[in-house]
Amino acid sequence: MSTDVRTQPTGVAGAGASRASAARGWLDARSRFLPVVATFVLFVAMFAAGSLRHENFGSPQVFANLFIDNAYLVVLAVGVTFVILTGGIDLSVASVLALSAMVAAASLEAGWSAPLVVVAVLVLGAVFGTLQGLVIHFFQIQPFIVTLAGLFLARGLCYVISVDAIAIADPTFRAVASAYFVLPGTSVGVTPNVLVAVAVVLVAVVLLHLTRFGRTVYAVGGGESSATLMGLPVARAKVGAYAISGLCAAISGLLFSFYSLSGYSLTALGGELDAIAAVVIGGTLLSGGVGFVLGSLLGVLVLGTIQTLISFEGTLSSWWTKIFVGALLLLFVVLQRVLVRRRS
Amino acid sequence: MTTPERAAPQRPPTPAAPDRGPDQRAPVLAAQGLSIEFPGVKALQEVDFRLLPGEVHALMGENGAGKSTLIKCLTGVYRPTAGAVLLDGRPVSFSRPAAAQEAGVSTVYQEVNLCPNLTVAENILLGREPRRLGMVDGRAMRARAAEVLEGMGVRADPGSALGSHPIAVQQLVAIARAIVVDARVLILDEPTSSLDADEVEELFRVVRAQRDAGTAILFVSHFLEQVFAVSDRMTVLRNGQLVGEHRTSGTTRLQLVGEMLGRELSASDAAPAARGDDASDREPVLRARGLGRRGGVEPFDLDVHPGEVVGLAGLLGSGRTELVRLLFGADRPDSGTLEVGGRRLRARGPRAAVAAGVAFSSEDRRAEGVVGDLSVRDNMVLALQASRGWARPLPQRAKDELVEEWIRRLDLRPASPDTLVRNLSGGNQQKVLLARWLITRPRVLILDEPTRGIDIGAKTQIADLVLELAAGGTAVVLISAELEEVLRLAHRVVVMKDRRKIAELPGDCSFDDVMGLIARSDDDHAHHELAPAGAERRTA
Repeated sequence: MSTDVRTQPTGVAGAGASRASAARGWLDARSRFLPVVATFVLFVAMFAAGSLRHENFGSPQVFANLFIDNAYLVVLAVGVTFVILTGGIDLSVASVLALSAMVAAASLEAGWSAPLVVVAVLVLGAVFGTLQGLVIHFFQIQPFIVTLAGLFLARGLCYVISVDAIAIADPTFRAVASAYFVLPGTSVGVTPNVLVAVAVVLVAVVLLHLTRFGRTVYAVGGGESSATLMGLPVARAKVGAYAISGLCAAISGLLFSFYSLSGYSLTALGGELDAIAAVVIGGTLLSGGVGFVLGSLLGVLVLGTIQTLISFEGTLSSWWTKIFVGALLLLFVVLQRVLVRRRS
Repeated sequence: MTTPERAAPQRPPTPAAPDRGPDQRAPVLAAQGLSIEFPGVKALQEVDFRLLPGEVHALMGENGAGKSTLIKCLTGVYRPTAGAVLLDGRPVSFSRPAAAQEAGVSTVYQEVNLCPNLTVAENILLGREPRRLGMVDGRAMRARAAEVLEGMGVRADPGSALGSHPIAVQQLVAIARAIVVDARVLILDEPTSSLDADEVEELFRVVRAQRDAGTAILFVSHFLEQVFAVSDRMTVLRNGQLVGEHRTSGTTRLQLVGEMLGRELSASDAAPAARGDDASDREPVLRARGLGRRGGVEPFDLDVHPGEVVGLAGLLGSGRTELVRLLFGADRPDSGTLEVGGRRLRARGPRAAVAAGVAFSSEDRRAEGVVGDLSVRDNMVLALQASRGWARPLPQRAKDELVEEWIRRLDLRPASPDTLVRNLSGGNQQKVLLARWLITRPRVLILDEPTRGIDIGAKTQIADLVLELAAGGTAVVLISAELEEVLRLAHRVVVMKDRRKIAELPGDCSFDDVMGLIARSDDDHAHHELAPAGAERRTA
């Protein structure tokens, strides 16, 4: 159109500057993985230390048991990861877990068929999460308060169903609970719970990294007002994250009922904090926008390893688990702060 | 409503650029008789505006002139009270920013509104990512982003995190995002405020290339030189009204500055308000020597005498606010000394200043001034209570008397001490803020934009009060975006430019004296300095 001289590209300096910043960007894109790598290294180191100290610690079955014992926590942490990525928090997950297990046990006792119970529990969890999300987004209330209310509500409902534990006698549930697969080519056995947890992790990875919904979740966590101004469907992403968290809590509740073959009001008391701790140790920033589902999985494994280590020691009180988790949590939060500060 | 000097859209006497005769083209985006009112403020009054295809159009005006409001009306953030926004000649009403974007009107805001935690490619294409089998195709996304960036001549790895790049690159990425949607209108709101000279050039290169491709670009900046370097036409707003629409090539800096600062031939201009005696022979109550702050304002000397009103004149961003914040200790100076009442102020910070008898009424009364959820009474006694310490509460009776007195003296409406401050109009909130400081009987009163956004009646009352206080021996430092107001009230005028104190003039200096000083030094530097000298220092 115009051959105005002013349109000639200018400035070798400018080009050089952007090349330098591109190089810095390369380094930096990798530093996003640093917390996850750190968690992975920590996990390997702890497992190696345990193997050196105790003869049987390093066996593949001990490793598999980490998954078997913590499958429900993995699923719980995956759900919470979505919420934390949007910059929110979900304190209700462990209560929803307990409620799901209670509803499952009670409705099975009332004679519902197992598939119907599973579907009903999943719908219940998803609806519970969705409602919390709607309140948080449309009334603009802090997620902390809304999900704290959810925590009390769900936990209280457990007691309405029954004060005592309800045993599960349903043959399908019992069959799942006692099922055991030996992984081909090994002598390692896992339960269906492990397969469910792994499936949930895989679905979550695809959802977060390969769909527009997932990218919007990250964008909301990076800056909600920015995301709005960019014309992104912020409401859908935010409410969706809480719905997924509720759904995951319900799945987690089912896994727990397979694991324990009962429903009890006090199940997973304080479990939401374990889930949040796992997510944070897995490298997800509480301020949102940064983190990976695989990190949360590693976080759960680290927590599980600490527990196993302490039980192998035999002489240590189980409270040492809490002390280690506390120390680790602090370490990781400080590490993240240092990384973020260096970046900016 | 017409202002006397309102200029009709100007046609150059001789066609300066025959290949680009924008005046003949039909506007892409236009506003007709746009008005919008907020409680107590007429933010825009019957503003006409035309943005033509293939032009860079500068929107000029001081703080509170209505630039941001106009942009927000054009992009669907605000709904105008009257008038219409036309896109391609058809009236449109965008319900939200996303709707404007879909219609081809993209805005890049002053604070980069992107997600620093995501990659450059994601930020450019978020919401319209290329997909394969329903899944986001990361490779295609990076390729598309790389293509766009290359087309703009920007070198940045699309896979790198946005937050790892300097602001200038982020700004360009924001523009890339706007370009990807095939924006026909690109609104750049203060895009250069945190860039250095090289980065500004880089940005302008991209802007010009977009213009030549036919995009209509609306450019908002308070840097005069940048506006003259990049824009083809300009629209000037003042106090929410259209003052002029010009071709840049036919406009002088003097003319532009005059229109921005405004000169209204009011009665008080013809007969200057009664000023106190010349106070400069008295011992100064406030004495600054070499006071300065890197990135804020260059070292300056300043004396303020009791009973004197010192006005600060200068354009937006010239360092007026930065200067008074140093005087009050709200920012920490890194050079120089400050004496109050002959005693050197050693302890830094507002508490020391308040203790020494300096009061500061901030420019942003909502964020830094009044507490909206407290009553008028509580707001007024806040500062006094703070200076007494919490251990010595003020007797209720004394409190009531003081509050009653100031409500009367300031003619506060409604005259009830129990009204919550957030329910008051802007002018009355300002009065409450003033009263809060006046109750403490300060020796030095610093007023930053005390009359911004308030109605004319309240303006006059506050002006009268300033003179009354000075007559009573208080030293007043006054900032106002309205030069007329400064000239009317001040015994001495300090002229600021590009974060430097450039002159001190007597109070009876004329509008043209000040304007000349600000505009002239601009012209002097124009040929070797595209960005104002301030830009680089500011980001240091």
